[in-house]
Amino acid sequence: MTTEKITMPQLGESVTEGTISTWLVSVGDKVNKYDPIAEVLTDKVNAEVPSSFTGKIVELTVEEGKTVAVGDVICIIEVEGNDSVTTEHENKENVVLEKQNTDHTDHSMKKRYSPAVLRLAQENDIDLTSVMGTGRGGRITRKDIEKLLETGITNSTNNPSQPRESHESNKGKSTAPAESVSAALDGDIEIPVTGVRRAISEKMVRSKQEIPHAWMTVEVDVTDLVSFRDSKKDEFKRKEGFNLTYFAFFVKAVATALKKYPQLNSTWAGDKIIQRKDVHLSIAVAANDSLFVPVIKHADEKSIKGIARDIHELAMKAREKRLTQEDIQGGTFTVNNTGSFGSIQSMGIINHPQAAILQVESIVKRPVIINNMFAARDMVNLCLSLDHRILDGLICGQFLREIKQTLEKMNEDTISIY
Amino acid sequence: MAIMTYIQAITSALREEMLRDEKVFVLGEDVGKKGGVFRATDGLYDEFGEYRVLDTPLSESAIAGVGIGAAMYGMRPVAEMQFADFILPAVNQIISEAAKIRYRSNNDWNVPMTIRAPYGGGVHGALYHSQSVEAIFANQPGLKIVMPSTPYDAKGLLKSAIRDNDPVLFFEHKRAYRLLKGEVPEEDYTLPIGKAEVKREGADITVITYGLCVHFALQAAEKLEKEGISTHILDLRTVYPLDKDSIIEAAKKTGKVLLITEDNKEGSIIGEVAAIIAENCLFDLDAPIKRLAGPDVPAMPYAPTMEKFFMINPEKCEKAMRDLAEF
Repeated sequence: MTTEKITMPQLGESVTEGTISTWLVSVGDKVNKYDPIAEVLTDKVNAEVPSSFTGKIVELTVEEGKTVAVGDVICIIEVEGNDSVTTEHENKENVVLEKQNTDHTDHSMKKRYSPAVLRLAQENDIDLTSVMGTGRGGRITRKDIEKLLETGITNSTNNPSQPRESHESNKGKSTAPAESVSAALDGDIEIPVTGVRRAISEKMVRSKQEIPHAWMTVEVDVTDLVSFRDSKKDEFKRKEGFNLTYFAFFVKAVATALKKYPQLNSTWAGDKIIQRKDVHLSIAVAANDSLFVPVIKHADEKSIKGIARDIHELAMKAREKRLTQEDIQGGTFTVNNTGSFGSIQSMGIINHPQAAILQVESIVKRPVIINNMFAARDMVNLCLSLDHRILDGLICGQFLREIKQTLEKMNEDTISIY
Repeated sequence: MAIMTYIQAITSALREEMLRDEKVFVLGEDVGKKGGVFRATDGLYDEFGEYRVLDTPLSESAIAGVGIGAAMYGMRPVAEMQFADFILPAVNQIISEAAKIRYRSNNDWNVPMTIRAPYGGGVHGALYHSQSVEAIFANQPGLKIVMPSTPYDAKGLLKSAIRDNDPVLFFEHKRAYRLLKGEVPEEDYTLPIGKAEVKREGADITVITYGLCVHFALQAAEKLEKEGISTHILDLRTVYPLDKDSIIEAAKKTGKVLLITEDNKEGSIIGEVAAIIAENCLFDLDAPIKRLAGPDVPAMPYAPTMEKFFMINPEKCEKAMRDLAEF
């Protein structure tokens, strides 16, 4: 019996250290050569470290979560017999199974078809692009095809890549009416899904399927804002030629809060989150049978009047179907004026790929207790839908409180429209 | 059935044929009183006497020439070259005379002669005692070259060679002589010359080889089986002329073919095997036809490390087989 040391392998050319994320064995375990013994995390890859020996684990010299240099001993193993002559050599070429590589990186041979594979594919009408290869570099082997044929599946829609395909077809399906209810009965009207409606449906499905939505609502007392706005609206309309809407005040408050909480002004990008520097607010505009979300650019830099003008112009353009690509792109956060429909609470679908959407509900007069007395106050609900991959309740709560405080402080003395 | 070594199988084939047919006689250097340097003819001198077990001068061209003459006269000589390396002085007799007499005489004459010779390395024999010479003779129509891999095949094929009416070169791997043991029937039997044999059924890769390498491949296949790699092994047995049908069938079976020989790679028997596969199996091939062979250096070195580098062994087979399986 001799003991051998297993060292941290080199997991990439420029990698000098690795972190043991999980031990897959414990002291006393028997392992075979090449059995994985630990999962190692480096800044480049996640990998399994295989045992260089067959034997019994005697000691794990590195704790989980600890980072050690390449070549450091991570574990000691008791080996039967004496094959230490080969140890040096074995260690050097310690085979590392890079998950990345085996999983999806190396598909260099995917489209190199051998004569046998081509013949079988042609004879049996198999679409090779949808067959998963088990050969080196993802190559499709003759055996892969033979197995496919053995299972009796010769149709290309049903081969090993089925999961991906069915996923895609699911996507297509869910945007279309479900099969079972698609038959129109007498007197029903069939409206073909085209153009904007199709775009809306696809976008909504995508957002709802991809983004894990969570919701929050705060109640805001806007009594002062209401009286201020009521006192100014006629004069404003006369002077400027367009309406001074409540919505402009809400947009302004949101834009300011986003500067303070940029976490909500961001995008999920798979392996990272992109926080946007600019605050471009998308606003939802309903027009007959359509829904548009034109963008108020640099909303944080604009006065309430400026925002009110943008809202006015964008809404006009949307109704007259004059919106340009420029008008609708670049939004980083959406504010939706659901209150204009009389809604007092709603759960918006996030405008993909943004991180959140805020629904501004109807302002309603309600009895509210202030200083232990009932008072008639103008109340509004602000409903936030958030991408829970990016955001958590804490930050969103802070964000909403910021808006709430801003709005509740808005009165004749604090607001400048211009 | 009795368990015999490879060389015991050779000796018993010789003895039984000499008993069966009095025209059969052996000749060669030290084959008589000494019984051969490898003891292949051990006991034959005592049993059959000096007229049927001839010690010859150190002249391979004479051994071949005497054999050819006796064979043309109706005898069935079994000539022994002490080492295959020493066959070269006899090449003119073998290629220009033995191989061509039936053709040249329009079937009037033939040479029912067998030439036995131990070949191959791995026994620290170095330059003059390790060569594989089969490729030298393997494009001479009129000759047959037999290279058995087991005691059973050796006995059955040697009997067929002796009974064959044309010249047969019979190469025995000298390392196999005492290394390999196997069951050999006591009753008389022969095996067909020109027929390859499947030594192992498999589905993932095909190995085609001959001689001692068959065993290396079998050992490697045993190990790979545990990894889930299933190996089909075809033993050529006769390397000239080749059993094309069996080669094609074996190659088509898996579409991944590894050819193994101990001979220098370029110009070896397996190059011809590769050509047969390439000509006939294109649409069944799933990988390039691979060859595992000795390096293209002039001779097997004496130094053990260098000899190991030159020789085929189970580890080299295993590596090449796994590599092909993974392709």
